[in-house]
Amino acid sequence: MSPRFPFRRRRAATGPPGGLACRELVELVTDYLEDALAPEDRARFEAHIAACDHCGAYLEQMRVTLRVVGHIDPDGLEPEVERELLDAFREWKGSGP
Amino acid sequence: MPSRPAADDQSLVERALGGDEEAFALLVRRYTPMLMRLARMYVPTDALAEDVVQETWVAVVRGLERFEGRSSFKTWLFRILVNRAKTRGVREHRSIPFASVGPLEEDGEGPTVDPSRFTSEGAWTSAPADWHDDPETALDSAEALRVAREAIDRLPERQKIVITLRDLEGLSSDEVRNVLDLTETNQRVLLHRARAKVRKALEDWNAS
Repeated sequence: MSPRFPFRRRRAATGPPGGLACRELVELVTDYLEDALAPEDRARFEAHIAACDHCGAYLEQMRVTLRVVGHIDPDGLEPEVERELLDAFREWKGSGP
Repeated sequence: MPSRPAADDQSLVERALGGDEEAFALLVRRYTPMLMRLARMYVPTDALAEDVVQETWVAVVRGLERFEGRSSFKTWLFRILVNRAKTRGVREHRSIPFASVGPLEEDGEGPTVDPSRFTSEGAWTSAPADWHDDPETALDSAEALRVAREAIDRLPERQKIVITLRDLEGLSSDEVRNVLDLTETNQRVLLHRARAKVRKALEDWNAS
């Protein structure tokens, strides 16, 4: 009798590292970086990364992305707005105890 | 540029409470750009955002004595801003991000990486580029910052707000949840979708 699901059986034997497909792993990257994975899921994630250069590269791209975003400067403040705010502070100070 | 390390918020707040104008000015300069950015996500014009930010600082000045330091100054400040920006946004008939604590369907539910990048088994069809060894470190350039910034500007509002607070301003996930009244899971979903889109924009740019 031939196996009914030879394909699936073969996959189970050689399946993706950590039992996670790359397509699944990329959706867990933020959970991983946020340390929000359950210990066993974290272990599977790390097992996959250790064995899969492509996902390792993807994780590194995500880290680089965070670094780039962290370097964006918010725009500066109009000087006259700052003056008005300091005036408000002086007023408060003047009315204080 | 001053060589001294920047004073921390708490000591500036204490000095401002004692009437030290320079300390207050430092807080204003430190946080107004971020407040403007945040406010602009709730109201339709720069002018309105400026109003909201000014109102916020006035409220801070009036409420400073009542600030008990149970949350960080930053969290307290951003909460005041968000509440005022929401009020103003409603008055301007703007649909308000985070107005309802519903599911996140408007932020999309599909995969964050183009499905054509994977085989039917879910393995990569082609390797993601290795950015770590990029000798040009083009990703540290001003051009990369522009690409990332534009990608953030194109995000749906809630994703934009979350990635701005987390990755631009550097708030912790607890602080963001506190400022926006979000659950931990929703915060993470929004952050994930936002980061993935910025990554994609950088990838497209880096490959071209």
